[in-house]
Amino acid sequence: MTLSFAIIASVTVAAAVAAMGLRNIVHCALALTVALAGLAAAYLQLDAQFVGFAQILVYVGAVAILVVFAILLTRSGDPAHPSVLSPGWLAGAVIAVVVLGVLVYPIARSPSISRTLPPPAGATVHQIGDALMGRFVLPLEVTGLLLTVALIGAVIIAMREKEPIGTISNPGSEIANRKSQIANPP
Amino acid sequence: MSPLPGYLLLSAFLFAIGLGGALMRRNAILVLIGVELMLNAANLNFIAFWRFGAHPEALTGILFVIFSIGVAAAEAAVGLALIIAIYRHYKTTNVDEMTALKG
Repeated sequence: MTLSFAIIASVTVAAAVAAMGLRNIVHCALALTVALAGLAAAYLQLDAQFVGFAQILVYVGAVAILVVFAILLTRSGDPAHPSVLSPGWLAGAVIAVVVLGVLVYPIARSPSISRTLPPPAGATVHQIGDALMGRFVLPLEVTGLLLTVALIGAVIIAMREKEPIGTISNPGSEIANRKSQIANPP
Repeated sequence: MSPLPGYLLLSAFLFAIGLGGALMRRNAILVLIGVELMLNAANLNFIAFWRFGAHPEALTGILFVIFSIGVAAAEAAVGLALIIAIYRHYKTTNVDEMTALKG
């Protein structure tokens, strides 16, 4: 238990550091995949099988592919910047360290250290489905609506915009338009 | 030491790493990856407290994480679509070069 948790935790943290620190952005996306898979392993260790496999399906499967696609679509040919850090990186580092301290201090001082592991809860898919169709049916419907809206919104945002009239993006069609205007004056 | 603080510490480290990356990197896609890491750290907290909590049969932590994963997927899709749309205008994904609305 403890050894497996130590392995999972160290792999996950190392992969997260790599995802945020590597220079090559494709390597960052691959390291993110490892970190998310490590989190799925932690869920499985906590007896949350359904969430663990949902994490693998959604994050390792879909979100990672989406990130890689976005990286490949936004790759520019010009040489990389000398620095991968934003200008205000020092303030960001200080904020991150302060937040880490604020989070770690209460955990280290809390009485939860003495809490023992309760017997396995056993969240079966049957129970989860019952809860989703009973107590949580409204959030489920709202999530479905949200996903539909996000799907349509993402397609509309990423769709190529129509060029405004007058710009010569396609000279051939512009000339054809002019010719038809001359032939058929309004 | 029982394992609960271990999971909480892992979650805290992941959150800090994601926050640091989101604040320090200049590529917008990496900022989004940092936000995803922070969301996942919060999910790990939910699962850990569900497992070690008093009423695991209520399944509240599990279901919160399921909805959180759904919302995070929607956020990732819209965020990456926005980044692609911005890239078409500015030909860059660096957050410090998108200064058109800067006062």
